[in-house]
Amino acid sequence: MTELENYLFSGIPIRTTLDNSTTVQYAGLLCQLTMKARSTVRDIDPQNDLTFLRIRSKKHEIMVAPDKEYLLIVIQNPCE
Amino acid sequence: MFTFKEHSKFVYCAILLSFIGHPEIFPLVFTTKTQEIFNCRVDEDVTEENCFKLIKKEDIIQDLKTRAAISDFYPVKRVVLEYPGEELLVVFDANFQYGQNFYLVASEEAKENFLKPPDTAEEKEEKSEEEKEGTLDVHAYKRSVRKPWVSLGSEKEVEEESVKGYVTKIKYMFSRARRKFGAPIRFTDRNASHVKDSYVECTSYQDTTFSIKLLERDVGVQMVPKVKEASTQTKWTYPKNAATQYSPRQLSNEEMEESLSSEKLKEFLTSVHLRMEIALQQNEIMNAFFDDWKALAEDETSSGDKSDVYLKAYQSFTDPQYLKDRSISCVRWHPTIYGIIAESATQQHSDEERINLSDKLLLQDSVIIFWSFSDPIHPQLILQCPHDIYCFQFSPSDPNIIAGGCFNGQVVLWDISKHEERLQNAKSITVGPSYMEDDESVTEPPLVRYCATSSTEGSHKTVITDIHWLPDHFEVNRTGTTFENRAEICIQLVTCSPDCLILFWDIRVTKLPGKLSFEKEKNIFDMPPGVPDTFKHLALSWKPLIKVLLAFFQSLAADFCFNLPRTYLIMAINKSQLKNKPLCSMSSSSKFSIYLIFLALQDGEIIYSDWKIKIDSDSGKPVSKKPSHKYIIHDEAVNTVQISPFFKDIVLSVGGWNFAIWKEGVTDGPILESSCTAQRYTTGHWSLTRPGVFFIGRDDGNIDIWDLLKKPHEPSHFQNISKSMITCISPWIASPKQQFLAVSDDSGVLHVLEICPILSQSSSNEQANVLDYFEREVKYLKNYEKYQEFQAKERTEKESLKCTYFC
Repeated sequence: MTELENYLFSGIPIRTTLDNSTTVQYAGLLCQLTMKARSTVRDIDPQNDLTFLRIRSKKHEIMVAPDKEYLLIVIQNPCE
Repeated sequence: MFTFKEHSKFVYCAILLSFIGHPEIFPLVFTTKTQEIFNCRVDEDVTEENCFKLIKKEDIIQDLKTRAAISDFYPVKRVVLEYPGEELLVVFDANFQYGQNFYLVASEEAKENFLKPPDTAEEKEEKSEEEKEGTLDVHAYKRSVRKPWVSLGSEKEVEEESVKGYVTKIKYMFSRARRKFGAPIRFTDRNASHVKDSYVECTSYQDTTFSIKLLERDVGVQMVPKVKEASTQTKWTYPKNAATQYSPRQLSNEEMEESLSSEKLKEFLTSVHLRMEIALQQNEIMNAFFDDWKALAEDETSSGDKSDVYLKAYQSFTDPQYLKDRSISCVRWHPTIYGIIAESATQQHSDEERINLSDKLLLQDSVIIFWSFSDPIHPQLILQCPHDIYCFQFSPSDPNIIAGGCFNGQVVLWDISKHEERLQNAKSITVGPSYMEDDESVTEPPLVRYCATSSTEGSHKTVITDIHWLPDHFEVNRTGTTFENRAEICIQLVTCSPDCLILFWDIRVTKLPGKLSFEKEKNIFDMPPGVPDTFKHLALSWKPLIKVLLAFFQSLAADFCFNLPRTYLIMAINKSQLKNKPLCSMSSSSKFSIYLIFLALQDGEIIYSDWKIKIDSDSGKPVSKKPSHKYIIHDEAVNTVQISPFFKDIVLSVGGWNFAIWKEGVTDGPILESSCTAQRYTTGHWSLTRPGVFFIGRDDGNIDIWDLLKKPHEPSHFQNISKSMITCISPWIASPKQQFLAVSDDSGVLHVLEICPILSQSSSNEQANVLDYFEREVKYLKNYEKYQEFQAKERTEKESLKCTYFC
């Protein structure tokens, strides 16, 4: 089971398959985290850039694919 | 008398006089009294010419003594006392030259001067007076006559001032030999303190005469405010954000659509899509959440020895009084109290005998006996029944209410709330040899009469083969529609029996239409003493709520399997072994009013269909539809239909010489069918903790333990429990470590066995494995069907070919 969301970099969701409140929460939090991750990568090596971010937790796996303007977030439940 | 003023004036004058050179003149005032005493009366003794009076010092002193302060000489007392001479001169001062009418001359010389040259003084005075008068006219030059120097005392002054040598000079002469001069000087040190008196110290000391007491001091003062630091803590209430309410920014619909259709988004999606796909694929391939370490531990525990599988005999209960020659039809554990088990005893007849005897009175009491682990000899409680009970159930919401189905079709209710405490305390009684001897402590188990029975015309016509309580969130009303039960207690029963009826009963006070309240009251009679009146309202007039006629059966349907939507609680109503009693099991799907039934018939048919209670237009009674699928698997009457406690769509049916496992939705047949065995299977039950394990009872007193994961084609273990036929199996979880299996047999003995840990504890992925197994079986079944079809087609083709060939 997977859920999918598209975001503007400002953190406003464009399209989502989840309910609104969860989407908004994920949007705000993950947007900041992505920016932080990207700045971390670029601080270490300015030629580098963040391509993909994967957060594995006990219950889900969150996958974030950043881009210049947009952000794609997929939340996946474990196999079983 | 001298006043202070006069005295001061006198002193002033004295001071004045002393300044102008006449310190020995002391003006005095003589009163008349004084004048009389000293004979110096004015104008009598002393006149202007004769103004001198000599008074003796002693007289004055005498006067002073007598008159003290009022004496006129008092101011000059000191002068008088100090006067060297004997006589003092007092001069009358007519002109008040010195301020007063008399004046005292204090010194001898002055006295002499006054007495002797007063003439010259007088003359001088006269002269000066005359001169003063005369000089007004002519001042004739007169050559001054050289007079002899008169000493006026100035030579004394000169003497005083002149310096003379008082001290005669002393002459000293020192001499020393010349050679001693100029010698080299040798200095040595010498400690002055060594030699006594070698030095004279002039130590400083504080001379009090020279210490001046500072009476006045110049001090500068500057006024400066005292600086003091103080601090205090105040409750400074400053506004701080406790909570913030916010709403997230959101794009308006147009903006959203605009950005969705923008080119940028499309590019973004194409570029991102690949990355995401890789990640998802990775997740599909491998389960990242799988804990290898934990799984490893689980595997070890589950691999046990074959010999470890056992059912340990824990206790067995039998009672010579009540259970002689009786068969136990149903065994149930008390839902809440540990160690209490109830069994219903019935006659040990075969079916035909029972039917024949049903008209006659049964002499032996039919009872439900309660046993406790603590006392295997004496029953704890005995419930009286009007007839043999074939099945009974504790109410899930209130274990003190027991409903039982009788042999003659009646439903009976008991209320054992009074004895609940006794049952609970039963576990504290220890059993020992002394207990047997002491008869007084042994009490007869209380007999509890039934609270209510259903009316005979409303009940089933034949034996109630199964009875179940509807779950507490669910109730059915008169028309057959189900709705939510707000009371959260079990209030409705369902019974089935071979008379083709499924009856729904309600234990509340129901308002039957067309009956007036007083009529109802008439029907209520006094309960016999000692019986609780919980169900007084039901008494004899208890009628079922709904009667459902299963019209498509000639014979009677009896078993139920309720699978209810919200909680998926299974009520598996087990059927007994009597012939002519078809079993039906119903399981509902997600909607309330539609039920899918698995009906197991008396002849071993299993019917699977939709079941909907609808009102038959002809009779006005609710009837059910025609069945859709029929299967004949069992050779004899099916005695057990049970839904697995783990999987809501897996049903176990036991009957005849085999058993079968069915899955809801699979209409091709059972997913597992066992091969026929030598002995009949009389009863079966799923294990409560292990998804793939179930127990089957046989008519030779053995119990087969089947484990689907180990050996699907034969029992993994079997054990002999008793000599006679097993009638009922009921497992129970007493604690996480302890599981019991109650097995009742045909000879009236109830065996309680302890299930070994291997059989009771499931491993973590067992459920998944069993599910996989079932799914595999389903697939196999489908393939098998297809294969069979294919085979049939081929055969027909072959035959047709053959025919054509030959023809």
